[in-house]
Amino acid sequence: MAMSQIKEAPNHIEVVGSDSAVSVRNITKNYGEVEALRDMSLEFPRGQLTSLLGPSGCGKTTLLKIIAGLLLPTSGYVEVNGKTVQGPGPDRAFVFQDFALLPWATVLNNVAFGLEMRGVAKSEREAIAEKYIGDVGLSGFEHSYPHELSGGMRQRVGLARALSVDADDLLMDEPFSAVDEQTRRKFQEDLLNLVQNENKTFIFVTHSIEEAVYVSDQIAILLPRPSRVSEIIRPSSFRNKGVDNIRRDPEYLDIVDDIWSSLRTYVE
Amino acid sequence: MHLFGYRLPGMSSLILWGLLWEIVGRADLTFFVPPLSEVLATLFAIIGTPAFKKALAETAYAFSLGVFFAVVIGIIVGILMGKNRLLDELLLPWVNVFLSAPLTALVPVLMVLFGFGMKSIVITTALFAVWIIILNSRAGVKQINRSLIEMANSFGASPMDAFFKIYFWAALPEILGGVRIGIIRAVKGVIIGQLLISIVGFGALFELYSANFLMGHFWAVLIVLFALAFTISEFLAYLERRVSYYAAKR
Repeated sequence: MAMSQIKEAPNHIEVVGSDSAVSVRNITKNYGEVEALRDMSLEFPRGQLTSLLGPSGCGKTTLLKIIAGLLLPTSGYVEVNGKTVQGPGPDRAFVFQDFALLPWATVLNNVAFGLEMRGVAKSEREAIAEKYIGDVGLSGFEHSYPHELSGGMRQRVGLARALSVDADDLLMDEPFSAVDEQTRRKFQEDLLNLVQNENKTFIFVTHSIEEAVYVSDQIAILLPRPSRVSEIIRPSSFRNKGVDNIRRDPEYLDIVDDIWSSLRTYVE
Repeated sequence: MHLFGYRLPGMSSLILWGLLWEIVGRADLTFFVPPLSEVLATLFAIIGTPAFKKALAETAYAFSLGVFFAVVIGIIVGILMGKNRLLDELLLPWVNVFLSAPLTALVPVLMVLFGFGMKSIVITTALFAVWIIILNSRAGVKQINRSLIEMANSFGASPMDAFFKIYFWAALPEILGGVRIGIIRAVKGVIIGQLLISIVGFGALFELYSANFLMGHFWAVLIVLFALAFTISEFLAYLERRVSYYAAKR
């Protein structure tokens, strides 16, 4: 995550119809009697950030875990790069809401964990881990333990771990919900840089409307009981105006208002 | 504790109890309790004798072998039970039964099955220790943060990787607690085994001393055993504190 200002990248936003990195096809997921997802289909364009946004209980985390291969759908399937998902794979990396760091391992070993599971030799994986620890701005903390870090720093470790395996798709499950407001804003700016500079597809689960509109190329609004995609929104004009101008762009404000008016009836 | 403004070192109260023992011994109330000073003198006299050394070596051998099997089997079975619902349903009732069962009653059966030798003593020792280790390892696995397991899965951890790099470490504080209690139980197991099964080790010494009314010798050996068991337990408690510092923070 480079800490520089966002760069202009006019060719970054593509029209709908560009090829999909991840395709969700007719996914249904039942937990016993409860229907969590019903016949859901969704395309995730390559190299872009798609948010799954919706009220709690709308199944957005369930959908993300099905894409990750951590949960099996009751019916339907997920395709990643044209191949049907059978389980977790090296083409996808997951960032967890509660960070999911190993409390007994140092930052270095936590970041290197994904590489270790892939059988990368110790010296090589530590070199790669050190590079990504530097990238997320945690140089000097390699030998600290997670409990010695703040919430924001812990999530940077989680992010570095996901980046270090160099997966095509980054799946993020409410990654910033457990960190404070100011850290979250910094994270959101860093995430925009990341989407621009890394050639990766991002799938981002959030319950924050502002966050979704701020970071996304495409927003899928999910509605609950049973969960379905009600709307797909693609902001077009403010992405290239720089991180400081997004929040006062008229289109940004309109989209936030529109989403709220369509979601408000579902919030108790 | 403070007395007249001075800080007393730990276990100072033992001096008081030692004095009481000495007084009771000198009062000659019963031949069963000789004065502490006499017991200590006997202790130093027998501690270098070949009989004592042989008993110590045999006991240490049976004890360490029994504890080794109990720890290895206990941790593996406990973690697998915590991971696997089916295995848990199958084994948990038996673990609970054996945990509370008077295992001493089983020792004659072991003698029939495994003979009167060292093998039976080792198995008795392991049987005393293993159940609590299983239960604690299982409990340690049960409280693992689910997202750590999902994390390991999402990065493609094999079952072996998950076992040794997630489950074992995540359950380590509970496992060590179980190992500590298990080892204390193993001390009982090794002595009971020696007393009941064959005339070797400290069991043989106890038999010899009590049969000949050598109460000074009897108490001396008893003090050695108590001190050994207590030292082992305190050492393990120390290790446990060193490891569990992160347990509160996970």
